Amino acid sequence: MAEMVLLGDEAVAMGAVHAGLTAAYAYPGTPSTEIVEYLIRYQARHARPLATWATNEKTAYEEALGVSMVGRRSLVAMKHVGLNVAADPFMNSAIVSIHGGLVVVVADDPGMHSSQNEQDSRYFADFGRIICLEPANQQESYAMTREAFDLSERFHIPVLVRLVTRLAHSRAVVETGDARPESPISKSGLPHAWILLPSNARKQWRSLLARQKDFLAYTESCPHNALALNPERRQLGVITTGIARNYFAENLDDLGYRPSHLHIGAYPVPAAKVRSLLDHVRSVLILEEGYPYVERMLRGIVPPAVPVFGKESGEVPPDGELTPDIVRAALKLPARAAMALGGLSLPDRPPQLCAGCPHADTFDALKIALSGFLMPVVTSDIGCYTLGALPPYGSIESCVCMGASVSMAKGASDAGARPAIGIIGDSTFLHSGVTPLIDAVASNADMTLIIVDNKTTAMTGGQPTILPSSRLEEVVKGVGVDPAHVHVLQAHHRQTQENAAVLRQEIEHRGLSVVIMVRECVETVKAKGRGRKAPEALLA
Amino acid sequence: MKYDIVLAGVGGQGVLSVGAIIASSAMKEGFAVKQSEVHGMSQRGGAVLANLRIAGAPIASDLIPLGAASMILSMEPLESLRYLKYLSPEGAIITSVDPVRNIPDYPDLEALLAKIRTIPGAVLVESERLARQAGSARATNMVMVGAASHRLPVRVETMEHFIESLFQSKGAKVVDTNLKAFHAGWGAAA
Repeated sequence: MAEMVLLGDEAVAMGAVHAGLTAAYAYPGTPSTEIVEYLIRYQARHARPLATWATNEKTAYEEALGVSMVGRRSLVAMKHVGLNVAADPFMNSAIVSIHGGLVVVVADDPGMHSSQNEQDSRYFADFGRIICLEPANQQESYAMTREAFDLSERFHIPVLVRLVTRLAHSRAVVETGDARPESPISKSGLPHAWILLPSNARKQWRSLLARQKDFLAYTESCPHNALALNPERRQLGVITTGIARNYFAENLDDLGYRPSHLHIGAYPVPAAKVRSLLDHVRSVLILEEGYPYVERMLRGIVPPAVPVFGKESGEVPPDGELTPDIVRAALKLPARAAMALGGLSLPDRPPQLCAGCPHADTFDALKIALSGFLMPVVTSDIGCYTLGALPPYGSIESCVCMGASVSMAKGASDAGARPAIGIIGDSTFLHSGVTPLIDAVASNADMTLIIVDNKTTAMTGGQPTILPSSRLEEVVKGVGVDPAHVHVLQAHHRQTQENAAVLRQEIEHRGLSVVIMVRECVETVKAKGRGRKAPEALLA
Repeated sequence: MKYDIVLAGVGGQGVLSVGAIIASSAMKEGFAVKQSEVHGMSQRGGAVLANLRIAGAPIASDLIPLGAASMILSMEPLESLRYLKYLSPEGAIITSVDPVRNIPDYPDLEALLAKIRTIPGAVLVESERLARQAGSARATNMVMVGAASHRLPVRVETMEHFIESLFQSKGAKVVDTNLKAFHAGWGAAA
């Protein structure tokens, strides 16, 4: 037993280490980044387990799956939209009979602090027909991750651990247990289970369906799903999931009594426990972070036996994240007295490109290069350069998903728009931009791709790119872009006019061109100068 | 005992480090602590908010409810007002007077400071000037921690010890500068 101060993300990492982890993989993505970041630091001190960044969430997932195939324990971590990228291996790994424990940690971002949507990964667990654990605090993040490895091996499925931003990025004391050793290499003894030819896949799918009752038997009996009935007060029952329990607890003193309460921390939803609660109360309030997943299940199409209150009936806002105050209002408690700011309106302070950011110089050059065109189309992507959408730049017109700048510019060009320009970062290009660039090469699409190469994955805190950025030019030429239309330029304000001239020439070229704008991120330059001192190091 | 602190500032001002110093000191004294942080996009020059909760018993919510904070500790005057609704009517607001003007519509500074002064328990600190006097303009955070230290449920000596151990590896001069900055903040808010 030891006490450690850990972020929710770091508690997951320690839980995995103590569960006998052999390898962990991820692509950085807020709010999940600190899981594998912590494991990489851990490996630097202890040599084991292996922890590494991958090209994208799909490759990360498949590498973890390979570890499982040979009987050892692996973890793959990602943000919610990362699971869209890894959906193919995720869905199919549910069908094979998992051998070494495979734990998929997905950090959702309700409220969209740093994301383009607020999708709820519990639906993905349901879609894959597997078990999902949802910790409510840092201690549970540690314990549930440990347990998830055992469940994965017991039920032969990947187990999804769902975090949300407020847990992933909140620190508290965690009591840790003894470490289990890593598992030796072994083969599963069910070789056909991993070959999803239709004839095998049908058997495996039927097997997964047949095991559903076992998963439910586990969630009906496990301590993560706790039902407490209050025989004195039957008017209202409450169902909480994940961290919603904390906001409910925060308001209990003021409520003055304890309503009958079911907490759900493990899915599939424990149906018998839900029925026990509903049999006992005359109405039920559902508090869950994310989509109204449990609520919609209860509501169904036929009216439920008792009124159900939640996001779909208006007691809880349908979007954004929960807060203690939203839960307070849903419990019909009066708002606390608070200070009010009378007579002064405060301007917003949105995030922005740092002073001296190389992307700003690229946007300046692009602005000059595009002057005079009637209707240029500039698609962009996920990263710091997305901030080029905001004043004073207003340089980009799209930000949808990783790599889409390349394929959308091609689509716009295919549709006849001219000029069509895509702007993508170095790390995002390696993540999902290479394959659409091959599409563009195949048709010699009339477009210009600008790769803004700041030599790091900047938005998530400066993780190294999977290949050194000096290799980007070779990659671009290697997939077949005409070398005469590949340029590597320095993204510096002293060169803005020259850069604009090269960009203009390539934008006017009728065909595919790629311009790589290079200068290291000012933040990573600074961090190297001072020798990184992260806040968590202060707490250690 | 419950003591909730809203930490405010602009990305890059070291809000999380201020939180870490107070949180670590509180834990050394045996309190339960939770610290909710902002990572990712907001850290790029935007408004940054962290929630630090200190209590004598286990803490449920990672977020501070409206009207519950005992203190708003802000590295920047505009940001000190952004989260005012979290402050309890008995709470204190401790802020630097030095603006970060990275937005085009930054309000009139004098009007802003006048507004802050109308709030009971407001403490305005010339953090930049005091940090420079202590030996480093970068120690403004330490000035603000010092200014807050009067009201925190943590002994000043515990925080001093923590600051010493934090900067020990950087040499006696750096330790001295940061302790001086801490004491200057303490003095300014006395």
